[in-house]
Amino acid sequence: MAQRKLGRGVAVVGAGMSKFGAFPEMTTRDLFAQAFREMCATVDKGFDPQTIEAIYLGNYSSDLFEGQGHTAPLLTNWVGLSPRPATRVEDACASGGVALRQAVLAIASGAYDIALVGGIEKMSSLATEKVTDTLATAGDVLFEISAGFTFPGFYAAMATAYLHAYACPTEALLNVGMKNHANGALNDKAQFGQRIADIMEARKKSAAKKGLPIPTWANELEFLRDERANPYIALPLRLFDCSPISDGAAAVLLVADELAAMFTDHPLRVIGSGQASDGALHDRATFTAIPAARLASQQAYAMANVTPVDIQVAEVHDCFTIAEIIASEDLGFFEAGQGWRAAQAGVTARAGTRPINTSGGLKSKGHPVGASGVGQVIEIWKQLRGVAGARQVAGDLRLGLTHNVGGTGQTCVVHIFERA
Amino acid sequence: MAEIEFTSAQFFKALSEHKLIGARARATGAIVCPPRPSLPGTSAGESELVELSGEGTLATFTIIYIAPSAMIAAGYDRKNPYCAGIVTLKEGPKVSAQIIGVDAHHPEQIKIGMTVRAGFVERGEGDAKKTYLVFEPA
Repeated sequence: MAQRKLGRGVAVVGAGMSKFGAFPEMTTRDLFAQAFREMCATVDKGFDPQTIEAIYLGNYSSDLFEGQGHTAPLLTNWVGLSPRPATRVEDACASGGVALRQAVLAIASGAYDIALVGGIEKMSSLATEKVTDTLATAGDVLFEISAGFTFPGFYAAMATAYLHAYACPTEALLNVGMKNHANGALNDKAQFGQRIADIMEARKKSAAKKGLPIPTWANELEFLRDERANPYIALPLRLFDCSPISDGAAAVLLVADELAAMFTDHPLRVIGSGQASDGALHDRATFTAIPAARLASQQAYAMANVTPVDIQVAEVHDCFTIAEIIASEDLGFFEAGQGWRAAQAGVTARAGTRPINTSGGLKSKGHPVGASGVGQVIEIWKQLRGVAGARQVAGDLRLGLTHNVGGTGQTCVVHIFERA
Repeated sequence: MAEIEFTSAQFFKALSEHKLIGARARATGAIVCPPRPSLPGTSAGESELVELSGEGTLATFTIIYIAPSAMIAAGYDRKNPYCAGIVTLKEGPKVSAQIIGVDAHHPEQIKIGMTVRAGFVERGEGDAKKTYLVFEPA
């Protein structure tokens, strides 16, 4: 593969997000304004927001979720930045990551020095059935959705293939959810700021209060095996294998590297960026890997001139538990078929040798689709700058990675960040 | 060179006649289903419509408990889940389809690699009537 380089260096100098969750009283404008305010406050040396020259906004489907299209100029106006060019980027669940890449390319080209990357989604206003239908439009409506596939269904079919190919026990998937809930419990922005054990206790208390028989789960695994507590959504995936329906927004400030010192002494340089596409799931040679993720990560590693072993923290697209396992293999962290063993052995836990999704991931932090890819950058920003608080990974962290998937891998975008 | 303008409508018209069609590249013999202007990884070349046998094997599957609106309208829900799968056709291409004639309450009886055969199910009334590709155990 030809090694590509950016025309000039690009750095992250600010990063903020709203809380992720279900917020009936808030529109995406309110959530974006929160993320924007927090982002501005993270710029160490301060800055005038009016110096922002362009806005790239990741947003999957405000049209269907909120009945509102054309969101980029609207939100740009809401935070006082009209008449800057404002562009909405849509690549399903990878919208945020691709918006980031578009801003990186725009600055690298010399067209702008300072750009704002936003990500938004407001999903909780629709009934679950309508959310299922809306998410399904990220698949091939004519030739996949007509077969009855849903998004959990696609990833479940990948899980069936993975379990079969690698003799992986179904319960190995549950380890990913337990780990990500444990991480999310330490993240005040997470939708589920609770360990699975906390959720169990809450259910027991609720049963007692209602005078119902109190469940007697011995541990988290027993709770997750309980069909009543953790019902199937699409076999073999259960409720706690799936990311939730979420509202949220995230914002990142990108500048030309040569200007970064005006904003902070600790920027994150964007040293690698890769993106690839693919067709329907059924057209692929494999269901146990995401080919576009492999290609995007190879491009990003080549541009950054680093290898998977060098990456110290990674935020990967765990829309479903199986997706994190497959991602950990696609990114080259583990051999094909070994990702589930690594998850089971605790290698990907915060204290493991290969921490993945220290934020809680999409599973626990929440998955407001268009915001997720930008939200991932906020965690890498915190971890590499040593400000992740109780969930801070130990050691001198220099390199982090984000991996953002659209659909079942029709889009994948990967970025690598280095702390200056 | 006679370029055939493939359209999605051709595929669904064939389905309504209970036929499964694909496109074969004349140069390589490679077949895709549904027909499309270019085979994956190639530029447009001369290709022709072919009728496929409808025979294949199950490549992977799931049982869906939380159904989309269209399947809810067809009578499916948590209590009546259904199987959706990907089938590798004898001629090579893979397609997504509902798998009928299997017991969704006993998924252990559904096996990757089992042989299946295409079927055609009509759903909807009047103008909304549409033929769906399904597969069932052969």
